[in-house]
Amino acid sequence: MSLLDVEELFVTFGRTAAVRGASFRIEKGETHCLVGESGCGKSVTALAIMGLLARGGERRAKRMEFAGTDLLSLSDRAMARLRGNRISMIFQEPMTSLNPAFTVGSQMAEVLTRHKGGSRGAALERAIELMDRVGITAPEMRLGQFPHQLSGGLRQRVMIAMALMCDPELLVADEPTTALDVTVQAQILRLLARLKREFGLSILLITHDLGIVARVADRVSVMYAGEVVESAPTSELFRAPQHPYTRGLLACVPVPGKVQREKPLGSIPGVVPTIAPGFAGCAFRSRCSDADMTCEREIPRKAAGATHDYLCRLAPRDVAELQPA
Amino acid sequence: MNAIEVKNLRREFAARSGLFGPQKRVVAVDDVTLSVPSGSVLGIVGESGCGKSTLARLILGLLAPTAGSMLVDGQRVADLGRKARARLIQPVFQDPFASLNPRRSIHDTVALPLAAQGTFSRGEVARRVAAVLDRVGLSAEMGTRMPAQLSGGQRQRAAIARALILEPRIVICDEPTSALDVSVQAQILNLLADLRRELKLTYIFISHNLAVVEHVASEVAVMYLGRIVERSETDALFRTPRHPYTQALLASVLTPEPGRGVPDVGLGDIMPDPANIPPGCRFHPRCRIAVERCRVEPPQPMVRGEAAMVECHLA
Amino acid sequence: MSISAVTPVAVPIPQTSRVGRAGFAIGLVIVGMVIAAALLGNAIVSADPFTQDLNNRLIPPFWMDGTQAGHLLGTDQLGRDYLARLVYGARISLLIGIMTVITSGLIGITLGVLGGFFGGRVDDVVLFAITTRLSIPVVLVALAVVGLLGSGLGLVVATLGLLLWDRFAVVARATTMQVRTLDYVNAAWCAGASTSHILIREILPNIASHLAVVGTLEMALAILLEAALSFLGLGVPPPLPSWGLMIAEGKDYMFFSPWVIMIPGAALFVLVLGINLVGDGLRNLLGTERLR
Repeated sequence: MSLLDVEELFVTFGRTAAVRGASFRIEKGETHCLVGESGCGKSVTALAIMGLLARGGERRAKRMEFAGTDLLSLSDRAMARLRGNRISMIFQEPMTSLNPAFTVGSQMAEVLTRHKGGSRGAALERAIELMDRVGITAPEMRLGQFPHQLSGGLRQRVMIAMALMCDPELLVADEPTTALDVTVQAQILRLLARLKREFGLSILLITHDLGIVARVADRVSVMYAGEVVESAPTSELFRAPQHPYTRGLLACVPVPGKVQREKPLGSIPGVVPTIAPGFAGCAFRSRCSDADMTCEREIPRKAAGATHDYLCRLAPRDVAELQPA
Repeated sequence: MNAIEVKNLRREFAARSGLFGPQKRVVAVDDVTLSVPSGSVLGIVGESGCGKSTLARLILGLLAPTAGSMLVDGQRVADLGRKARARLIQPVFQDPFASLNPRRSIHDTVALPLAAQGTFSRGEVARRVAAVLDRVGLSAEMGTRMPAQLSGGQRQRAAIARALILEPRIVICDEPTSALDVSVQAQILNLLADLRRELKLTYIFISHNLAVVEHVASEVAVMYLGRIVERSETDALFRTPRHPYTQALLASVLTPEPGRGVPDVGLGDIMPDPANIPPGCRFHPRCRIAVERCRVEPPQPMVRGEAAMVECHLA
Repeated sequence: MSISAVTPVAVPIPQTSRVGRAGFAIGLVIVGMVIAAALLGNAIVSADPFTQDLNNRLIPPFWMDGTQAGHLLGTDQLGRDYLARLVYGARISLLIGIMTVITSGLIGITLGVLGGFFGGRVDDVVLFAITTRLSIPVVLVALAVVGLLGSGLGLVVATLGLLLWDRFAVVARATTMQVRTLDYVNAAWCAGASTSHILIREILPNIASHLAVVGTLEMALAILLEAALSFLGLGVPPPLPSWGLMIAEGKDYMFFSPWVIMIPGAALFVLVLGINLVGDGLRNLLGTERLR
């Protein structure tokens, strides 16, 4: 049984469909990346799973199960018991994710006492233990500090420690390092990998950065305009990307050491289309050099391997046939 | 011939810790000297607190330097009024949402530098706006729109159009693609490269994204806590970085190559704080190879190997 | 690097609360009706608010016994038609409200924008002025001024205008400080635009929505203050039918002819409520554009 099983998730805000039929699975101990550019629906997907959609957002899915429990049928209170407890989430912006009016210690302790009861003293002990595990120096002193006294990297570590207070099974991380310096980013990602090993944690990592995906993910789902257009194990995705959007995206990323200054960078012409109600066919067709008339109808989901599928009419192509980046 | 020369530029800020605390002087930019040959691109990289944004604002005239001078085409910039400076140096900022006035049309925003000069007729302004919009790949119809109706990439194109309309000598690009999607980023970088070749522009390109800088710049300067700690030709810098900080920066870049894990950059936990600059070499608390000398004696800039300049005792 | 902490993303959150939307609509209707009544004035009410008719004193309004046709809301103690006085009084209230807001707005916005934009010494002076103004008890000073210099429409407007600018200044200063850091202001500076251009064309239009909200609330306050002053006999001079004055004149007849005091009181309440609802609605509509 997968730890998280999402099938055909739809999220709408009024008439706008932010997510249109996303499906993916996360196994225990797996780091799964949802990658895509702005507006593709990846953050909304995470919020929908957590039950944190903004007012006006509606979700429905064929299946959305966490360790066998149906998330869709849970009441708000039941979902609140899961959040912070068995599923934790960390966000992009460390400056606004912590409450500036309360000390770090009290915010962390509150997570544990709310879900598992126990004394505040015991909770603070665990907070110190976790802060140490995530590499925060002088944790006893940090307990009494306020968020504004900490740097961005430290705040993010506090968030991670807070997310681990109740020993969750799944950590949902929405662009956790985008706001951080690149050297700090490397430290935080190493930390997450280590914690994954030590705690047996599964991670749903949302990002737009293909570099992070390559180095950190076990499995990748590429999202475009609300759909998962390709899903594969990481090495497979980079070795033999099938969907034209994935290939276009990979061609856009300059790789240090392999830079060819005279040639223009690969880019994808055009912009992401607005999906009006009643939209049919492939959302990428306006920007795809291989598009034809059939792309305006329903697109089949093809397989390019036992665990590799993609949403395109084109037949799977072998590595040798693909253009070099 | 150097398009721009910066000499010993320094900028201090007064900061007070608490209501009655002592006043501290924060040195955001410390003795920066650089020159950019006409038609080339100087990349400036560094992380938060390094002073690159302050440096950009100093060059643009948004801040006055505490000390030092700048020359553009041999002319002292300090002697120039704002209008004259506008004809020489223009910016492209990071955030396409914030760099266009939401209450003015694209046409008005792009026309602003011309209108501010006060010497162009309305017909001339209209003609030039149309020409520059075309050059950056925006239709004339888009000129009538408001920024909210444009995508991020289109807005950045409009910002570039505004920067180019006076045909400046130097364009300061402060993280121009950091807020854009990857697929759009490439479009904008290609546009900037085309325009530079076509209009013989000189760029100072500030970014934290090393891969982008490698693609775009001919020379790179690495900043740390207000100083330039290494400067070299791009290929040389990426091939053999000399300063330990540059090495750490390059090591922390996550290339899209699966299976290689996340590197241990080895910088430790201490965060750089411009209000508390360490004595001696300012990088020594985080340096892997620091020795006693590094704690007491600030390194002098020197030439090492292929690097045009590096400030390190051990490079 | 993150830009979400400094981006002024204009994200108008839809006003989904039905109560909120209803409130805004009600407010607009009320204010609209009062404005219409004030403007149309003579067209809808044939009687003259000043004509006294001592034979027809204290005739009750239409919902009580003893009412007379031709005086829908009855008459006051001097036989003047109450409806006419009410409508005329609306004109006065609105006039005072608008004139005061214009005066205080000009003063407050100028101070706030200059302080917020230039910072440093200029800001110190502006802050000092604001703090001084905040430490002045408005009603007492208004009373003192009017008491010393006599009453009159212009005087009331001037006094209130010179006293009620603080909220404008504070809001203008805060929003200017936020907008000043945005890149389009920097770009205008680098483009060589003059300071006046930047203040008037770049900054002001982008803080206008917040100031509009303050404006509606200040208007309500001005109307209430004028009514208070007139009630104390130090506002609009009789026989001008300010609602406050009507309340004052009516208090002698409160027990036997309650409508004389109730009608202007209710009108005042309804108008101020309407303006506040409009202000709230505007704030919800526009104020959610976070300037961050």
